[in-house]
Amino acid sequence: MATGIKDKVAIIGMGCTRFGERWDAGAEDLMVESYLECIEDAGIEPNQIEAAWLSTCMDEVNVGKSALSASIALRLPNISVTRVENFCASGTEAFRGAVYAVASGACDIAMAIGVEKLKDTGYGGLPEFGAAGSYGVSTFCNPNLTAPGSFALLASGYSAKYGIEMGDLKKAMAHVSVKSHVNGVPNPKAHLRRAINEEAVLNSPMIAYPLGLFDCCGVSDGAACAIVTTPDIARGLGKKDFITVKALQLSLSNGEEMQFNNWDGAHIVTTTRASKKAYEEAGVTNPRKEISMMEVHDCFSITELVTMEDLHISERGKAPADIIEGFYDKDGGVPCQIDGGLKCFGHPIGASGIRMIYEMYLQLNGRAGDRQLKDPKLGLTHNLGGFPIMNVCSISIVGKHDV
Amino acid sequence: MVGITSYGGYIPRYRLSRMVIAQNMAWLLPVIMAVAKGEKSVANWDEDALTMAVAAAFDCITGKDPKSIDGVFLGSVSLPYSDRLNSGILSTALNLSEEGVTNADFTSSLKSGTTAAISAIEAIQSGSKNNVMVVASDLRRTKMASMYEMFLGDGAGALLFGKEDVIAEFKDYYSITCDFVDHYKSRGDDFDYTWEERWVRDEGYAKIIPNAISGYLKKTGMDINSFDKIVYPCYYNRDHKNIAKKLGIDPSKIHSNMHAECGDTGSAHPLVMFISALQEAKPGDKILMASFGQGCDVMGFEATDKISDFNGPIGIKGSLANRTELNSYQKFGKFRDLIVADLGLRGEAYGNTALTTLWRNRKMLMGLVGGKCKECNTPQFPSPAICVNPDCHAVNSMEDYEFATQPGKVLVYTGDMLAASIDPPAVYGMVTFNNGGRLFCDFTDCELEQVKVDLPIKMSFRIKKKDEIRGYRGYFWKAVPQVTQ
Repeated sequence: MATGIKDKVAIIGMGCTRFGERWDAGAEDLMVESYLECIEDAGIEPNQIEAAWLSTCMDEVNVGKSALSASIALRLPNISVTRVENFCASGTEAFRGAVYAVASGACDIAMAIGVEKLKDTGYGGLPEFGAAGSYGVSTFCNPNLTAPGSFALLASGYSAKYGIEMGDLKKAMAHVSVKSHVNGVPNPKAHLRRAINEEAVLNSPMIAYPLGLFDCCGVSDGAACAIVTTPDIARGLGKKDFITVKALQLSLSNGEEMQFNNWDGAHIVTTTRASKKAYEEAGVTNPRKEISMMEVHDCFSITELVTMEDLHISERGKAPADIIEGFYDKDGGVPCQIDGGLKCFGHPIGASGIRMIYEMYLQLNGRAGDRQLKDPKLGLTHNLGGFPIMNVCSISIVGKHDV
Repeated sequence: MVGITSYGGYIPRYRLSRMVIAQNMAWLLPVIMAVAKGEKSVANWDEDALTMAVAAAFDCITGKDPKSIDGVFLGSVSLPYSDRLNSGILSTALNLSEEGVTNADFTSSLKSGTTAAISAIEAIQSGSKNNVMVVASDLRRTKMASMYEMFLGDGAGALLFGKEDVIAEFKDYYSITCDFVDHYKSRGDDFDYTWEERWVRDEGYAKIIPNAISGYLKKTGMDINSFDKIVYPCYYNRDHKNIAKKLGIDPSKIHSNMHAECGDTGSAHPLVMFISALQEAKPGDKILMASFGQGCDVMGFEATDKISDFNGPIGIKGSLANRTELNSYQKFGKFRDLIVADLGLRGEAYGNTALTTLWRNRKMLMGLVGGKCKECNTPQFPSPAICVNPDCHAVNSMEDYEFATQPGKVLVYTGDMLAASIDPPAVYGMVTFNNGGRLFCDFTDCELEQVKVDLPIKMSFRIKKKDEIRGYRGYFWKAVPQVTQ
């Protein structure tokens, strides 16, 4: 009987670049920047790393195929390095590779590094999916969709299902963005560090109805890195009060949303399932009470809103009320996007999952500076890759080893 | 008895007032002001002669058995492919049989539609064919500030010929073929080259059509006024009337040239006018149809008793009623690629089209054929190896299921300003079909403000992709929200 990942792996070092329009840096530069912080934080030598996982998503820009870019840029000692890609869950997927390698006993110390260099496309938003991101028969029939367009679908579905006027829903969505910007202002690594108000969000130019510009996360370059080992080795390295992985779950669509008759267009099937599995793995019975803080996949304001319900923290149909009441604000019941979220960090796809864990790691270690929450115990991170109609969801829960 | 067993029509929803053209372009060619009355039909940016032909053909096979069709003839001078059987694409879109069906494109003349009809009738009369569909369709690009820009409209007509349940009996025909070059287009040309109007009117329309009709009357021994409706093209209104005068036709029997409603739809136009007349015909009504293009075909029909109970197709009258004003001349210019606009870097070239994938999936991609599980009866698109129903998951259990004519409604939607589009925002979303199944697809022929969750939709065969680098035009199905319902 599988016992799950809880407390089998410790995070002993992390690093994260400043996210932003890094015109100065290529993907390799970004990897090095996050790696150097991470290995210094871990206090180990490069040759102690036995295996590594690299996550990048977009083939159109970035590092190309294989993990050679990481192995060469970081001068890794001819160890196994594996490139993984699973849409926006790619970063968490690399982390999962490293964590599972350590948990299996295959190696003592493993590393996950995620990077995405988006700002070499010449236009705003993510690289065009239609150009090369989709293959086979879907290129013949799928709309020429964009990320905001695909997630905007959720808003029409949610508004219809719960009978909420779009104007009211947009106000709740605006609060999502306002809150994240408040959180991002004091974060030196965030891309967007300006406070915005509800009026500015509501009046921002339309990108994909009903999502305005300020309902959308930024587009940034960045990298993040994590080094993991077993709790025993962590102790042997002199680590105290270290952070362990409590749960790691992935869930993928199987086509029912797109092809069967049951999906309502107002929730995400995979998040609903992955979060339940993650709570079981972590031993969480009441997430609304037990989860101290979250970094969720707020690629768009409506995504975060719906995610609050998919994570079983807000009841179905009640996320707008919770959001407006400030339940997810910095001083609310479950602070969400305490580092500013994708909204302020942007979403260099391969890096985002690890960047989220980085914030949880800082918070749990009491190293989050101006953003520090009071005594957090469990942090949840969530990624949602793809489109509401078919997607990849990853969830991690991390916490103090003794919790 | 050989004759028409069904008809279908398609006039695109956009209408451009000729006054709008004149207001924008009369500074360059003031004479266009003289014909700046009425409106012309304008195909949407994702339509062409082929997609309009598919729309008319679908209208025509409403209530008919598509599998009984053993011939498909397509007449047009504006078909997208010059060496790829356009009527073959039409057949695949209709999900007709591939075995035992003869297809042909009739082209290079504005009488290609009537010539296709004559060929269809002769094939049936000879006994070698049973049911032949004839579709004529044209979308002719015209230069800005030209008389053609004023006169020409877009549209398609379809006639199904057979021997059973005939609603209009074929009587006879007469043809003239002569190399009268009022206009021409060479291979690779974008636009027609036209000769002086006065000559075209006096030596062309005013002589060739009367000569051909006289030839028909002589051949059949009939009197022109024994016909109840006489249909022939000529976009000069005065000359259209003069032809009737010359033939001694009672003015009440002339069918309008439809200049006011849609303009001259080219190869389709004789059929478009004829179908419009047929939609008003009573049993026993005799209708004469003539075309014009390097000669003239004249065909005579008589409505049977069956026409009184025949009402399925939308026809020309129905599609004329589905009308939205296109009030921007610039949009018209962009829709027809007459002006160069910046689509941004996102609009840059896509990869080529895998013709292997297209062939393997032709029923799915051209015909919108999905699957229905023989175990659990769940319709689904595309047709998978393993049933999507979580309580079934039967393997290799699918039978073909046509979604093209299934009614549906909007589940979720958006209007995307970021996506590269000829006519932003790109409206798309997911539709659910009332009898099961769903599809994530583009929406077309709608304004974002009109779209709502649960709004009924119909599917329409449209251009999906124009690959200018490789000269490839790809098609797929889009949802048309039924905003008028």
